[in-house]
Amino acid sequence: MITKLFNFHGGVKPDPHKAESADAPIRPAPLPPMLVVPLRQNARSQAHCIVEVGDKVLKGQRVGDAEGMLGTAVHAPTSGTVREVTEHPMAHPSGLSTHCVLIEPDGRDEWVERTPLDYLKAPRAHALAFLRDAGIVGMGGAAFPSHIKLGKGSGIDTLIINGGECEPWITCDDRLMRERAEGIMAGARILFDLIGAKRVVVGIEDNKPEAIDAMRTASAGLEVPAEVVAVPSLYPAGGEKQLIRVLTGIEIPHGKLGSEYGVQCFNVGTALAVHRAINFGEPLISRIVTLTGNVARPANYEVLIGTPVEALLPLAEPRPDTDRFILGGPMMGFALPDLRVPILKGSNCVIAASPALFPSPQPELPCIRCGACARACPADLQPFELYWYARSRNFGKAQEYNLFDCIECGCCAFVCPSHIPLVDYYRFAKSEIWARERDLMASDKARERFEFRNFRQEREKEEKAARLAAKAAETKAKLATREPAEDNLAAVPSTEAEDPKKALIAAALARAKAQKAVVAPRNIDIDTLSPEQQAEIEAIDARRKSSANAPEAPGKAPADSSPPAQVPATESDEATRQ
Amino acid sequence: MLSALLIMAGIALVLGAALGYASIRFKVEGDPLVEKIDAILPQTQCGQCSYPGCKPYAQAIANGEADINQCPPGGEEGIRALADLLGREFKPLSEEHGVEKPKAVAFIDEQTCIGCTLCIQACPVDAIVGAAKQMHTVVAPLCTGCELCLAPCPVDCITMEPIRETVENWKWKYPVVEIRKAA
Repeated sequence: MITKLFNFHGGVKPDPHKAESADAPIRPAPLPPMLVVPLRQNARSQAHCIVEVGDKVLKGQRVGDAEGMLGTAVHAPTSGTVREVTEHPMAHPSGLSTHCVLIEPDGRDEWVERTPLDYLKAPRAHALAFLRDAGIVGMGGAAFPSHIKLGKGSGIDTLIINGGECEPWITCDDRLMRERAEGIMAGARILFDLIGAKRVVVGIEDNKPEAIDAMRTASAGLEVPAEVVAVPSLYPAGGEKQLIRVLTGIEIPHGKLGSEYGVQCFNVGTALAVHRAINFGEPLISRIVTLTGNVARPANYEVLIGTPVEALLPLAEPRPDTDRFILGGPMMGFALPDLRVPILKGSNCVIAASPALFPSPQPELPCIRCGACARACPADLQPFELYWYARSRNFGKAQEYNLFDCIECGCCAFVCPSHIPLVDYYRFAKSEIWARERDLMASDKARERFEFRNFRQEREKEEKAARLAAKAAETKAKLATREPAEDNLAAVPSTEAEDPKKALIAAALARAKAQKAVVAPRNIDIDTLSPEQQAEIEAIDARRKSSANAPEAPGKAPADSSPPAQVPATESDEATRQ
Repeated sequence: MLSALLIMAGIALVLGAALGYASIRFKVEGDPLVEKIDAILPQTQCGQCSYPGCKPYAQAIANGEADINQCPPGGEEGIRALADLLGREFKPLSEEHGVEKPKAVAFIDEQTCIGCTLCIQACPVDAIVGAAKQMHTVVAPLCTGCELCLAPCPVDCITMEPIRETVENWKWKYPVVEIRKAA
C-alpha cells in the first residue's frame, strides 16, 4: 500500500552525522561501581522512596513508588545493596540535585520474581497501573508517563510508532529497530489494544533503510493493520506534531494535542519497554544510549538507568580536545554541568563536543527581521515576534503568539543569520511564565485561606458572645426564682441583692471564701513539723540565701526569706529543682 | 412641527426606558477595581503596607487613600503592574514600608518551640499547625513568608528560610551574551 505523505512547514537539514555510530551494534555497558537511581525522572514528579539504607535489593525490585498524577515507579537496575538515599546532581540543564537511591551492585544481577500480565484478560485500569508500576515513560526524551498517554481507551484512530530519530548524531533508535524490531512491534500491538486504535503506522526517516526493512519484516507478522512508512529526512520530522502531519495530513492547531484529533504517538523505545513489561514482567531499568561525537569509538550501549555518565565515557574514549559533553542531540540537548549525573530514562545520547566539531556560538547580532526563522519554524510560529517579546519580558504578548507551541527544536536559531540564541529566550520566557503561574496559584490559595480565617474568627467571636449571653440569661433566671430563700445571699445586704450583677459577684466571693477554707487545711501545719521536714526547710533556706547572693540570682528571692513564708519556700524549692 | 416634536419625545422616552432597564438589569456588583488591584497584590497578608491585609490595601488604593508603592513583597514588578492598571506614574518602593527580599518561608526550630500557640494566632493564612504545649510546625507550601509569626514568638525559635532552588522551580536565565577575548 502506498500512502500519500504530507509536508510540514519549515524544518532544516543539519549535517546528520549518523554514520559514525549507526553501524555499532548494541552492546551491554559494564556494571558501574555505583548506580545512582534518581527518584525523579523528569521535572514534573518524583517517586516516593520505599527502600532504606542497607536494604538488599534485587534487579527489577521497586525502589520508588509512583506519586501524584504524573508519577511512575522507579526500580533497582541490578541486584545489590542500597548504600545511600541522598541528593545527587541530576541530568538537567540546571545542574541541581535531586533525591537519588545509590545502589552498590553485587555483580550477581539477580532478578526479582517477574510476573507477566495477560493484558487482554485484565481490566484496562489494571493494565495501566501495571505500566505505571513498571516505570514506563516516553523514551524519546521527555519521559512523559505512558499510561497517561494511553488515555481513556477510546477516540484514538491511529497509533503512530515514532522511529523518526531526526536529530543528528543519535542512532540509538536506529539500532533498536534493526536489532529488536520484533519486540517493538509486539509492544506496538499491546499499545494498539490498550489505546483502542484502528491502525498502526510506524514512521521512520528514510536515512535508515536497514531499520525500515527490519521493521517491515516484523510488522508483516502482526495481526493488526500495521504499516511502516519511510518519511523524508528533514529535521524535526520526529517531532510529534510534525510526524502526525507527515503521516496523516492532520494539522494539529495551536494549543491542542494529537490525541484530540484521534492520533497518539509513542517512541520505538517505549513500545519495546511496554513489550518487556507486559509480556515478561520486566520493569524499565535500562535503555540504549549512543556515545558519539569527538570520540575514538562511537558506539551504542544498553545502559542501566542510573549509570553515571563518567562511567560510560571511557567506553567511547573521548579525544583529548573534548571541551564539553552534550546530553541529547546537538539541536535540543544541553551541555552537562557535571559528569557525575546518572543516565535517565529519557537520556538517549551523549556527544563529546570539541571546538572543531561544535564551534562556540558567534556573538549575537541585532535581529534584522529577515524572517528566516519563520520560514524554518516547524510549529508555524513567528519566532522573531516571540524573540522581541521574550527579550523585552512582555510575556503576555509572547503567549498571544503561542509561545507554548514552541517545541524548542532549535530550527530558528540554526538558520538565524544574526546568531541569536532564540531558543534560550523562549526557554527563559516559558519558565518565567510558569513561575508566575505558580505564584498566582499560591496567592489565590493564600487569599482564600486569609478570607476563611477572617470568617472563622468572626464566627468564633459571634459564637462566644452568644454563649455568654445565654449563660447570663440563665443565671438571671435562676436568681429570680430563688431570690430571698438562698443562704448564700443571706450575708448580702438586701439593697445589693436587688441588683442581680452585684448579687452574682457577692455569691462568687462567698464561694471563693468557702473554697479557700476547704483548701487551707491541706497546707502543712508549721508547728507540727517532723525534725526531717524542719531540717529540709533549713537546707532549702540556706540554698536560697546563697543563690540570692550570687550575681545572676533573681531579685525576688531575698523577699521570700522571711521565716513564716513556708508555702513560698516550697514553691521556690520546686523552682530550683526544675 | 408637532409631529416632529412628538416623534423626538417618543424616541427620548423609548431610549430612556431602555437605558434605565439596562442600568438595573446589568448592574455591576461591588467595585471591580478593588478586585483587580487585589489580584495584582501578592496576598502575603503581611500588613507591611500598614493595612490589615491585601484586600484592605486594595480598597485603600481604590479610594485614593494609599499610594501604590507600599507593598514590599510585590516589589518593583507589582508596583509596575499597579501603575499600568491605574494609569499612574511608576514610583520606587517607599522605604518606610520595607524592602524587597527574596521569597522565604518560616521555619520553626522544633527543639526550642515551647508550644505557646502565639504564632498560630498570628499566622494570617493558618499555615502553622500545633496545639498548646505541643510542638508547632509550619506547612511550608502554604506559608506566604509574611514574617508576622516572628515577633510574637517568646523564645525566638522561628527563622525565615529562603526558598531553595530545585529542579521543579528552577528557571532558565535571561540569555546573556558572553564577552570573550578576541583570539
